[in-house]
Amino acid sequence: MAAGAKKLPFWADAILLPALNLLAAFLVSGIVIWALGEDPFLALSLLIDGAFGFEEAISYTFYYATNFIFTGLAVSIAFHAGHFNIGGEGQAMLGGLGLTLAVFLFSGLSPFLAVIMAIIGAALFGAAWAYVPAYLQAKRGSHIVITTIMFNFIASSLLAYLLVGPLQRPGGQMPESADFPEGASLMPLHEIFGMFGKTFEDGPMNVSLIIALLCAVGVWFLLWRTRFGYELRVVGQNPNAAAFAGVSVSKMTIIAMMISGALAGMMGLNELLGQQHRLLGGFTLGYGFVGIAVAFMGRNHPVGIILAALLFGALYQGGAELAFEMPTITRDLIIMIQGLVILFAGALEHLFRDPVTKIFTKIQTTKEGAA
Amino acid sequence: MEFFADLVLLTDSTFRIATPLVLTALAGLVCERGGVVDIGLEGKMLASAFAAAASAAVTGSPWAGMAAGIGASILLALLHGYVSISQRGNQIVSGMAINIAVAGLAPTLANFWFQKGGQTPLLGDEARFSTITFPFAESLADVPVIGALYSEILSGHNIITYMTIVIVPLVAWMLYKTRFGLRLRAVGENPEAVDTAGISVTLLRYQAMVIAGVLCGLAGTVLSTGLGAGFIRDMSAGKGYLALAAMIFGKWKPVPTLLACLLFGFVDALQGRLQGVALPLIGEIPVQFTIMLPYVLTVIILAGFVGKIQAPRASGIPYEKDH
Repeated sequence: MAAGAKKLPFWADAILLPALNLLAAFLVSGIVIWALGEDPFLALSLLIDGAFGFEEAISYTFYYATNFIFTGLAVSIAFHAGHFNIGGEGQAMLGGLGLTLAVFLFSGLSPFLAVIMAIIGAALFGAAWAYVPAYLQAKRGSHIVITTIMFNFIASSLLAYLLVGPLQRPGGQMPESADFPEGASLMPLHEIFGMFGKTFEDGPMNVSLIIALLCAVGVWFLLWRTRFGYELRVVGQNPNAAAFAGVSVSKMTIIAMMISGALAGMMGLNELLGQQHRLLGGFTLGYGFVGIAVAFMGRNHPVGIILAALLFGALYQGGAELAFEMPTITRDLIIMIQGLVILFAGALEHLFRDPVTKIFTKIQTTKEGAA
Repeated sequence: MEFFADLVLLTDSTFRIATPLVLTALAGLVCERGGVVDIGLEGKMLASAFAAAASAAVTGSPWAGMAAGIGASILLALLHGYVSISQRGNQIVSGMAINIAVAGLAPTLANFWFQKGGQTPLLGDEARFSTITFPFAESLADVPVIGALYSEILSGHNIITYMTIVIVPLVAWMLYKTRFGLRLRAVGENPEAVDTAGISVTLLRYQAMVIAGVLCGLAGTVLSTGLGAGFIRDMSAGKGYLALAAMIFGKWKPVPTLLACLLFGFVDALQGRLQGVALPLIGEIPVQFTIMLPYVLTVIILAGFVGKIQAPRASGIPYEKDH
């Protein structure tokens, strides 16, 4: 920790280092794109234009970003408690299931009630799916990384079974449920803009974005402004000290993981209640895994997570447009770029941190020497 | 006699299915014994499955495939080593990143080279490690009991399965009977002591990564050129994670790990046999539930049967010389 002990200025830690990490990931991706026989600079400009070039694109970018805010927050709260929740994918699937059941159960009474219950259902089922691995980690010492991964596989099979069995659209062939009843949905934001007399092109961005942002504020408040959040972070940083101070480590593990699961579960609000209006097999599409990248890129802070989610949203939307323009670049390549961003932003942190710290220390000492 | 025939067939597929699991679990074991946690086994297996299938498809030789598979896996192992050992990065994040990057890169390259929607072309028999039939297996097949054991269970596997049977004792011997193994185990428990003795922690850990790379490379190769006939998207299907679970169940020891892998292999073989079969009392189990079986078993085993386990003490912790 010799070099790391010196503090970097806030802006260098929060902006410069993530930017360098991202640049490195893009550099490697650019080399792959070049090797595939395409122009990486053209690809980058197509990507940016596809993500922000027109109003519908912006709507899609924010729509994907909403998913990533939920899953990124989910990973980060578990991380603050010292755990790796790789089960965001499965928790999101179960969240989607809880949401769907609530919609069908309550929409007969009132669509508004159905939406409220759907939000609760999503959070509850997601939390329940995280509870089991958390309990097993806390009480039986089972490795939470492996159990959450297993729970992803189990969730995926469970959903596959329900969607070709009891929950399948009557008479349907696809692994999907019947359409949600009219009114049981979250309003697209362009309609809300319209109410205020502002026109915005139609797009999938919906009220879930606002819910996600509220969740981010909630996570920030919980972690840094409450006694509970303080204890949670102490458990993550030094479980022995926490236990000595009378905080139950196993209880904290379970609660943190359940909040994490609830956040991941709420991803379905955006995908299902906001856009698809039915439960689809495999609707999570790896968003739960991307949450890991988002959390690390965003330094596990809600503001950083929102920015990183926006970046990944742009990568998704821009990538889809790019795949349309350049046939050799497929969705798979976008997945590879995500992997590289995770590698550089999450695991290769020291690659730039140490040299940058050295440079800053040098500047500091020259300044002091001059003074 | 039907039960016996079933059992023979189950045992036969258990060996087949367990082969990549055993190799991968041993790879994880060597890494963690040396102090590096490798959750990227999955990605290494997938990368080598792709490299092996692609190379075998182009050259027509499974051995060229094996070389490419092992090569790809070693490169990724060194990357993980660089992140974990030299850069002191987070090892779980690094492993996940490698898994995700490979899951994207392999089908991209497959699509670029072969234009078959992210797969490699179907491999002909000459480009695969096909099954080896032992002498007299055909003529002995009708001899009761012994014939079935010899011709079904012992004979008729691909060469990598037979290699695996040799590799398990080899790894155990290396770990417990050689100087390198002693140092490797020490570096996973107490790297300071190894360092004080004037032995390079870094070098030892990189050596462990290379060994893991070779083992994972074999596992990937057997997936696409032995058990299968080409690379398919996501063909590792969580086997890398199952292997890690088997390693924990086997308490980081080669022979118990082998047994754990055989158990996983057996459950997987069983779920294959259960598909579409009506069981007494329960009736037919939906296929989605039989597919869940190995994963559920993993959770139960990790929760209930492992007991208090002690991972190698320094595994997952980067070694820093200067403190």
